[in-house]
Amino acid sequence: MSYKVKLEIFEGPLDLLLFLIKKEEIDICDIPIARITEQYLEYMELMKLLDLSIAGEFLVMAATLMHIKSRMLLPPEELEELEEEEEDPRAELVRRLLEYKKFKEAAKQLEERELGQRNVFTRISAAEDEEKGTFFEASLFDLISAFSKVIEGIPKEAFQEIIKDEVTVEEKVHQLLHMLMAEPTVYFTRIFENARSKIEIIATFLAILELIRLKEIIVLQRSLFGEIEIMRNEANIEPKVKIVGV
Amino acid sequence: MNDEELKRVIEAILFASDQPVSINEIREVLDGADGRIIRTVIEGLRDEYEKEKRSFKIIEVAGGFQMATDPLYGEWLKKMYKSRQTNRLSGPALETLAIIAYRQPATRADIEFIRGVNVDGVIKNLMDRNIIRITGRKDVPGRPILYGTTKEFLLYFGLNSLNELPKLKEFSEVDIQLPEETKAGEKVEVSESGETAGTD
Repeated sequence: MSYKVKLEIFEGPLDLLLFLIKKEEIDICDIPIARITEQYLEYMELMKLLDLSIAGEFLVMAATLMHIKSRMLLPPEELEELEEEEEDPRAELVRRLLEYKKFKEAAKQLEERELGQRNVFTRISAAEDEEKGTFFEASLFDLISAFSKVIEGIPKEAFQEIIKDEVTVEEKVHQLLHMLMAEPTVYFTRIFENARSKIEIIATFLAILELIRLKEIIVLQRSLFGEIEIMRNEANIEPKVKIVGV
Repeated sequence: MNDEELKRVIEAILFASDQPVSINEIREVLDGADGRIIRTVIEGLRDEYEKEKRSFKIIEVAGGFQMATDPLYGEWLKKMYKSRQTNRLSGPALETLAIIAYRQPATRADIEFIRGVNVDGVIKNLMDRNIIRITGRKDVPGRPILYGTTKEFLLYFGLNSLNELPKLKEFSEVDIQLPEETKAGEKVEVSESGETAGTD
């Protein structure tokens, strides 16, 4: 499974341009468009090289830059014929950059306030406290990514010894239910801690899926992409469902 | 009720509240006592706590007063009340929020025009966190949804009102000021929002 990571540093094409302008110590009102365009395209190449997905907005900006660049190449006489308002093909871009920069700074100030406020605590109602402790139901995707992490986390050598006794999904189902009888919640990763073979890991994972299907357990996350926790489905503890033909 | 009693009643009201209490709310309970007196009393309490170096103070936030701990003790409280910690807002969320806060009400197109990227996911996230809300629809073709900030926004950032947001101009650097002529010819062609919400 290959993951495409969205580059976090640049929130968008304008952000990237601001970065380049700052890096090159360029006057924002007099952008050497050829140089910046070149650098912008270089950066996009780099993103491609790193297999980062390039948002469409970056391509639009590349086109805009090249368009401005071509207009800058027009001989001055031809420019004079144009409307006064359009004397500089870069004007619109500069306005957008300045406008964006303004809000980027504002965002920074908000972030500072946010950080400060994280150190301030107020009384909260019991209801709210509980609410904050709520869980997200983990999706199949969450489970699969957690599972692939488990698989990846196991050193290759661990699989060299040949293990005779086969494990079945059914056995694992029972083991899991036992575990959950002893403890109300179990962390997803903990379930795999004692697995001795890949087969066992897969059987365990299938057992989890089976138990979800039977509504015997629920899988939850405290936060998005948080550690997955497994617990008995309280609503379904009695009568006990018989697990057949797994 | 004498002054000392009044002070203690107000203190008790603030102590027991899990949200900011406005002067008007206190007035109602105190049979219409003078709002200015209530404010003076609260200020007196503030001074008292400060003098006694209490670990909490009375903050003025989202249009009311609330007892809150001194940031000095944040380190320990964070450890103690882990579950209360919400995730911090992401960079894109803060940028989007800044635009909404200063330009409200703002449409998605307004925000996307400034940020230059799609903001669907970010808007959803901010809505889920109750930091922004739908304030209505703009009277232009397509009737786009307008967004504004909520009381939760003020609480989250510890602001008493939107007026407390730093002025946008304050951080525009001198060296990036637009030359006058470009500023004059300002017109927005790309924005789908029709007329823009006045570029300050």
